[in-house]
Amino acid sequence: MSLIRGRLRVLQALTLVLLLLLGTRLWQVQVVDGAKYVAAATQTRTREVVVPAVRGQILDSAGRPLVRNRTALVVSVDRTALGRMKDKGAGVMARLGAVLGHDPADLSLRIRPCGPSVSRPCWAGSPHQPVPIDVDVTTRQALQILEHQEDFPGVTAREQAVRDHPGKSDAVQALGYLQPVTQEELDRREGFKAEFSGIDVAGRDGLESVYDRELRGTPGRKRVQVDRLGRVLGTEHEVPSVPGHTLITSIDAKVQAVTERALAEAMKKAPHADGAAGVVLDARTSRIVAIASAPTYDPAIWTGGITEAGYRRLLSDKSGKPLVSRAIKGEFAPGSTFKMSSVTAMLRAGYPLYGSYNCPGSFKVGGRVFNNFRGQALGVMSLHKALVKSCDTIFYRAAFQQWVRDGGMKPKGKPKEIMANTARAFGFGRRTGVDLPGESPGRIPDRAWKKEVWAATKEDNCRRAKVGYPEVAKKSKERADFLKALARDNCLEGNRLRPGDAANFSIGQGDVLVTPLQLATAYAALVTDGRLRSPRVGWMLVRPDGTKVKEIKAPVRGKLPLSAEERAYIKGALSQVASDGTAAGAFIGFPMKKVRIGGKTGTAEVYGKADTSWFASFAPVHDPRFVVVVMVSQGGMGSESAAPAVRKIYEGIYGFTPEGAPAPRALKARAPAAKPPVIKPDGTVAHQVSTGGRTSW
Amino acid sequence: MVSRVTAARGRFLTRRAVASSAVHRVDGLLLVAVAALLLIGTLLVWSSSRTWAPGATGLVKKHLLNVGIGVALAVAAATVDHRVLRAYTPLVYGGALLGLILVITPVGSEVNGAHSWIMLGGGFALQPSEFAKLGLALMLAMLLAQPAEGDDRPRGLAVMMALAVAALTMGLVMAQPDFGTTMVLAVITAGVLILGGLRKRWIILLALAVAAGGAAVWFMDVLKPYQVARFTAFIDPATDPRGVGYNSTQSLNAVGSGGLFGKGLFGGGQTMGRFVPEQHTDFVFTVAGEEFGFLGSVTVVVLLGVVLLRGLRIARQCEDRFGMLVAGAIVCWLGFQTLINVGMTIGIMPITGLPLPFVSYGGTATFANMIAVGLLQAIHMRERHPV
Repeated sequence: MSLIRGRLRVLQALTLVLLLLLGTRLWQVQVVDGAKYVAAATQTRTREVVVPAVRGQILDSAGRPLVRNRTALVVSVDRTALGRMKDKGAGVMARLGAVLGHDPADLSLRIRPCGPSVSRPCWAGSPHQPVPIDVDVTTRQALQILEHQEDFPGVTAREQAVRDHPGKSDAVQALGYLQPVTQEELDRREGFKAEFSGIDVAGRDGLESVYDRELRGTPGRKRVQVDRLGRVLGTEHEVPSVPGHTLITSIDAKVQAVTERALAEAMKKAPHADGAAGVVLDARTSRIVAIASAPTYDPAIWTGGITEAGYRRLLSDKSGKPLVSRAIKGEFAPGSTFKMSSVTAMLRAGYPLYGSYNCPGSFKVGGRVFNNFRGQALGVMSLHKALVKSCDTIFYRAAFQQWVRDGGMKPKGKPKEIMANTARAFGFGRRTGVDLPGESPGRIPDRAWKKEVWAATKEDNCRRAKVGYPEVAKKSKERADFLKALARDNCLEGNRLRPGDAANFSIGQGDVLVTPLQLATAYAALVTDGRLRSPRVGWMLVRPDGTKVKEIKAPVRGKLPLSAEERAYIKGALSQVASDGTAAGAFIGFPMKKVRIGGKTGTAEVYGKADTSWFASFAPVHDPRFVVVVMVSQGGMGSESAAPAVRKIYEGIYGFTPEGAPAPRALKARAPAAKPPVIKPDGTVAHQVSTGGRTSW
Repeated sequence: MVSRVTAARGRFLTRRAVASSAVHRVDGLLLVAVAALLLIGTLLVWSSSRTWAPGATGLVKKHLLNVGIGVALAVAAATVDHRVLRAYTPLVYGGALLGLILVITPVGSEVNGAHSWIMLGGGFALQPSEFAKLGLALMLAMLLAQPAEGDDRPRGLAVMMALAVAALTMGLVMAQPDFGTTMVLAVITAGVLILGGLRKRWIILLALAVAAGGAAVWFMDVLKPYQVARFTAFIDPATDPRGVGYNSTQSLNAVGSGGLFGKGLFGGGQTMGRFVPEQHTDFVFTVAGEEFGFLGSVTVVVLLGVVLLRGLRIARQCEDRFGMLVAGAIVCWLGFQTLINVGMTIGIMPITGLPLPFVSYGGTATFANMIAVGLLQAIHMRERHPV
């Protein structure tokens, strides 16, 4: 019995050792390394959920929404979940197509990630993010998906905020659109970079893009406790999201609508018109009251992923590239609307303001004959009349004389180039700095520019000067010959500013290109205080409760090289254009006694195309509050397309019927809003008694 | 050593003279430790199962029923004179064997990859391998309780028979297959053989045979792939943290995040989230680790230690070889399960499906453990009876 008791002792010692081992190890795991396991456990037990911030609204100058949010039921597909399935989710997509009424093949195309060789439809967002494939499904469809999750693994239907445009296609190019954020964009953002809310979007184009950071707000974070199946048990910690700021713009929705209608009508009336743009500026501040580009499109196309055909249509020539804002991206020869710059150049070159100038039917420049419009000789006249009647030859002569003064074909030293430099002072040839993306700078062709282009195109031009254009000759021998001669000219002396170039420049033809917005800001400066401003659409950023974040200023970026007297003189001349000048026909029946309109028509020739129709205007002439510029590409003469469209816009602003009888007007104060609307703490707009300078008749 | 045993005996004699009631002869410390473990077990089972449905008490009611039956069985076992039991041991063992045979026939049901259960209906089931532990302990003790004349050591024939009985039992359990229980049976066998007086050279020989057998099992692919995987994961849990290593990682996270004081009953996030699989049964210790912290889990280990040490004390104080061996076998059984079960939750033992004695949820295991404790008490109460 002592043997067994001895062995029991050994067993007891062994037991004690093992107990001690367990105790030591427990101390190590729970006390020494405890923190490590706490961290690991917290990580498995909790999920960081991003609470998306409500995107700020975009309001007009009366507080009416231009872009707002609306709740929609969005169906999204988790590609990772589908990829784990045996059939790579083909079955799920087939069932989904049946429920949503889409072709499953089309749905599959939409969820593949975009890449260098994969074009739309594709998913431009992060590959880890659920792809929304249908926005705005019905409640019934959503329930079909949610109640049969076994048939739809990886598919969710949940409420999401989507953008809503009450004005439909109005101002879409300026407002911009949203698209799912790309990985690069997300990486650039500050803050919670690695986190996806699954519906992160970024503003593309327009105000949505320029003010993206302000509109976006800050997403919140929620740390939720989950069980092993990912079911949420409760919230451990929450940082609420901060909604985006509301952007108040200077756009007036009613004036915008009137402008859109005027452009659409002008397009319809002109047989060749392929695009139009309209800009309404607050003349004193250069704030944009309306900015429109035709053709336009319904922005609903962006919601929930655009189809390939839809995207192509937005950028195709056939549909007139409705995605592109012609008001800021369209570069066109300005025609006679440019003459206010040429008159200014003449004054700065020493031509007398009150001098007499002969306006012959034609003027010979460098062996080429440059004609007046329809070759009419108008006799001796003042600069005032030269503008009203739009004489060309006076400007040809002045431009030629200045070209000779600069040294002609062989300039000595640094040429003054007064025509080009004055145009630059009006803001042409450089971007206005408007708060919209993708603006074009236009073009002011001076000697330096000529050299640059020549250097870049010399080889091709010289080759073409020899071989000609046989491929064009098949269609039109005349055009091929013209192009060959042009190539020869350009090859030989394309590096020099020829006298013909100078002459064309003076009447806004040839290589001069401006954007409608540039022209509008130039006219605003001319008819008000002579200060050139950088136009703005955004006016003020406020929090959803109405408190001010910051006001957006339209800064002065230059001063016209004109005295107040000279400005008044030119303005006076332009004030007669609509009543007695080139635009008189377009304004027959307009109650000029109530609101006098001033302006300048422009008819720019484009080789092989119909003329570009321009009208740059301001009203009322004694104290201009509005500058309205309309351009109709291939619209014909300025008085044919653009001027009637401008008339329609004024009729809408001031409230006249086409016959001149009173009608409801877009702007009660007959002037642009003087102050941004006041947003009350509950988000509604306070009714504001207008303090804007009321225009008296 | 002898003098201490004598002293203890003397002390007992005095006490027995004062109180003659059997209740007073019960090992109080063992009783208290088991009661505390049952109570803690009930709380842990409650905590781990209460989130299965909102507002539910989980498995607490069924667990309490099991404990109640267990207590009744323990009391019954305590009243049996172990010498009477010795006579009936072949019957008990036969019954256990019958259960093991039944379970591998279509009568048995498969749960978690092992054909280990006999479904009784009404949500009740029996796991005959638990009774096999008890049956084998008694049977081996009986076989080795009769040493050769004037010797402490068992006869060769008895050893052979013991080995045959052990092999038969383990073979049947392995057929389910239930690797964990087989290990327990092996440990019980080794324990009884060694305590029973096997010569050292035989012990070494047997150990070599076991090692060779183990190697054969490993290399001949007798183990199921998941069993192999468990060992691999034990050596390096990072091999497959989502798969086999998951259990190990999650249980370490739960225990480790308890810290010194724990998160309080029902306060464990890992437990609430049900991240640890089989948390009410094999991994019940992780609930103690997370919610009661180091102090609580060490208390559980200490309580189990008290049970084991009292069991050893009872064995030493017993005058009868059969009683000694039975008590020793029970200590080996419960001790091994404690070591493996607690060890696997803290990453020092491979993942094996063995319940924590008196704590884990599970009817048959509770019954078997309680009968074992009842037998310890029975041996204790009758240790002074002259042979």
